[in-house]
Amino acid sequence: MGKPNDLVQGTLDLLILKTISLEPMHGWAIARRIQQVSGEVLQVQQGSLYPALHRLEQQGWIKARWAESETGRQAKFYSLTAAGRQQLEAEAANWSRLSAAINLVVREA
Amino acid sequence: MRWFNRLAMKIQMLFGRGQAGTRLDDELRFHIERQTAENIASGMSAEEARYAALRSFGNPALLREQARATWSWNGLESILRDLRYGARTLRRTPGFTAIAIVVMALGIGANVALFTVVRGVLLRPLPFEDPNRLLMLYEHQSANNFPFNVVAPGIYAAWNKQNNSFSNLAMVQQGQLDLSGSNGDLPETLDSAKVSWNLFPTLGVRPALGRGFTAADDSSSSNGTVILSWGLWKRRFGGDRSILNRTIYLNARPYTVIGVMPAWFEFPASTTQLWTTVYHDMPEQLMKALDAHMFRVVGRLKPGVTEAQATADLSLISRRLHEANLYDPFIFGAATSRPLLEHIVGDIKRPLYVLLAATGCLLLIACLNVANLLVARAAARRKELAIRTALGGGRLRLLREHLMESFLLSAAGGAAGLALAWGAVAWLVTTRHNMARVGSIHFDGVVAGFTVAVIAACALFSGLISALNANDKRVLTALHETTQSHSAGSGRARLRKTLLAAEVGLTVMLLIAAGLLLRSYQRLRSTDMGCTTNNVLTMRIMLPGARYKTPGPAPANFFVQLLARVRALPGVDAAGFVTAAPGQGHWSDWGVTIVEHPPLPLGKGLDALNRWADPGYFAAMGIPFLRGHTFDDGQTLDRANEAVVNQLFVQRFLPGEDPIGKHVRIMGKDVAVIVGVVGDTRYSQGELPDPEMYIPLFDGKENNGTLVIRSSRDVEQLALPVQRVIQQMDPDLPVSDVLTMNQLLGKSALDESFNTTLLSGFAVLSLLLAAAGLFGVLSYIVAQRTSEIGIRIALGAGRDRVLGLMLADGLGPALMGLALGLAASAGATRLIQSMLYETAPLDPAVFAAVAGALLAVAVLACLAPAWRASRLDPMRALRIG
Repeated sequence: MGKPNDLVQGTLDLLILKTISLEPMHGWAIARRIQQVSGEVLQVQQGSLYPALHRLEQQGWIKARWAESETGRQAKFYSLTAAGRQQLEAEAANWSRLSAAINLVVREA
Repeated sequence: MRWFNRLAMKIQMLFGRGQAGTRLDDELRFHIERQTAENIASGMSAEEARYAALRSFGNPALLREQARATWSWNGLESILRDLRYGARTLRRTPGFTAIAIVVMALGIGANVALFTVVRGVLLRPLPFEDPNRLLMLYEHQSANNFPFNVVAPGIYAAWNKQNNSFSNLAMVQQGQLDLSGSNGDLPETLDSAKVSWNLFPTLGVRPALGRGFTAADDSSSSNGTVILSWGLWKRRFGGDRSILNRTIYLNARPYTVIGVMPAWFEFPASTTQLWTTVYHDMPEQLMKALDAHMFRVVGRLKPGVTEAQATADLSLISRRLHEANLYDPFIFGAATSRPLLEHIVGDIKRPLYVLLAATGCLLLIACLNVANLLVARAAARRKELAIRTALGGGRLRLLREHLMESFLLSAAGGAAGLALAWGAVAWLVTTRHNMARVGSIHFDGVVAGFTVAVIAACALFSGLISALNANDKRVLTALHETTQSHSAGSGRARLRKTLLAAEVGLTVMLLIAAGLLLRSYQRLRSTDMGCTTNNVLTMRIMLPGARYKTPGPAPANFFVQLLARVRALPGVDAAGFVTAAPGQGHWSDWGVTIVEHPPLPLGKGLDALNRWADPGYFAAMGIPFLRGHTFDDGQTLDRANEAVVNQLFVQRFLPGEDPIGKHVRIMGKDVAVIVGVVGDTRYSQGELPDPEMYIPLFDGKENNGTLVIRSSRDVEQLALPVQRVIQQMDPDLPVSDVLTMNQLLGKSALDESFNTTLLSGFAVLSLLLAAAGLFGVLSYIVAQRTSEIGIRIALGAGRDRVLGLMLADGLGPALMGLALGLAASAGATRLIQSMLYETAPLDPAVFAAVAGALLAVAVLACLAPAWRASRLDPMRALRIG
């Protein structure tokens, strides 16, 4: 992905929220996970990742905690808040609706 | 819960911003390390791994910026950053900063001080209950069309009984009372007021201690009761509550203290210390008079009644009495009114607003000056600004920096100015402590708000003006500019010249206003009073009625003895006694008729000031006798039937006849024969004389007045000896207002003197600022045109021609400003006409003097830089360029 535009930024938020809904992770791990789970298709650039993470934190969807990472150094772990969980469901539903609609149009034409 | 998290984030971002920044760095660094480790795990060497990680990471600085851009409080952070930069830039040029702050402080301080005064005195409502319903009521004197005449007690009684518009009407009369000495305290004369018992309920105030008056206290048969002011209670009676129900002696009569007023209460004057009841203090017969005018009347409107309705109501009552007594021309037939606040501050409204306008001008000049200085700085930093713009600095960003600097200057100047204002107000309150409503002058929230608004306005004004200069189009030219360029520096200085012209214009206006006031004051103080004013000492003596009954022999004997003893003192050339000396005010007058003349038509009367004087008074005061002579020696007690009149009396009432031997009937009763005519004297410094009539002092009818002493040497040295004589004659008799005639006249012109001094101070200050501005602008222009001047001199221009050239360049804005200022003044001085005494608002002498002074100062200010320009070494000038 290049510099995120509006649609893609929203999608990035969804990806991040989904990724950390399973377990708290730090930024690098989130990028790695998205890359892995999507089968190397989606490669999140740091230029979009950290601004997105900080924005989500400022808006209260996710919260952060400094803890010891797997390598032994301190890292910032992000996890979902209750509101974030609700936001995730809403965004996932939105995405399904949107992608289904796009599919319909593309298939039709 | 989300809002809670957001709030927590906001608080953390506000207070833990630094920590958050470090954490961000840690986070990013961790990411790079993990990526590096990953790369190493997939087979790269350590170095390659790191480079690959960094490459995929991107620009860490940019990343940091982007992450931080999502944080809250970003706006606040950038403002704080601008403040820091602004402060640092200002610190680098301490001279400029100091001057700018001082200039701002002067302008803002003067403005805030005067606004505080205006707010307290003019704008704040009176501290009484529902003050909009309070009116001051007057009788309308139709003869001179004077609408604010004092009211006769008989008329007041009729108003009180018959009106339907007021819930309360009360009489007030200001005066003085001698408080007898007690417990070792000296006797002293205090400002006092005789009031109706219901004055305080009318105003809606209650005493802080004790009780107010009741109707039972306000009759000729009641015991004397008095209410003290808070200040008097604290000062003289030590704030001791036991003063209540104790007796004190005023004018040697006993009064029981029944209450103390609150500290903030001041009515009718700010110096009133005692309140007594009017029917107890005044003779019963006098209080029935319909034609003896002596009281102010305050009234509270009933709910729903307008001022016009109430005045018409009272006028009707007056008219009925007037019609029923047409033979007495001094029973006036109409009433007028105005709001109580208007009555109290009406006189000082215009001068205060004029002073406020003057401080406004001063502030504007200060802002223009600072703007000028800022423009100079901006010009010096043009290259820096051009480079920053070229590198991508937004225009708004640079404008914000500009504004921030001027805001810092204004804020610092405002803080200093506020301190200045504090001091100025304190000084003013002490100097003018008997100005109306002086007690309500203090700083409050409105003043603070005003200060902040003024500071913000100054910052915006000076910042925007100086920022006008910087615009994108000239970026390229600024960058192109090499040291060899000598395009006209004067073009670049156009803005500064305009600012300077405006400054000079405002300065000229202030100077002209000050000049007019000075001229007026000088004319006022040099008015011919009609008597000697040099080396004359005056003091007021009030014989208490209890021990010196009038009419009676006691006061007459006292005065005879007093004058004999005082005249015997070494150094005394002459002495006299009169009830009111020239310059002490209108005092009292009465209606007279000329016995030898046919009776006047109904409703017409002759009115003359009345003064009791001893036979030697006229000689003592240097009042010349134009005809006849002074009172004979035998004019004492009941035998006194002579009168001396002034020339105006003869001109108005006995035109074309010989007045000596004619008889005057006083108020329809006693008859006096005219034995002498003296020259006119002015009862007040700024007023024309009135017809005056003198009665022999030794008739024993008056027991207070002014002792005048003339000496050929320093008359002030006689003050103590004379007072000692008086003390020997009666130890319990206080003497008040010991002043030389000149001091007395100066005191009566205190208002004018104060206004004139302040305005002159402002004018001089602004002249200095304008001169400094001129100096600065011309120095700048010379610096800009250095190479041009060098070329001129090298090509053979004479030094004088260069001097003249530079002077012309500097004087251009000064002349423009002068023209503007003169034109504006011609229009505006009409506004201060009511403050001028015998001076036309377009006085040509003042205008010419100001123009001349300004030109002289302008030439002086421009001389130094112009001189430097003419002495330039062309070689150095061309080399530096």
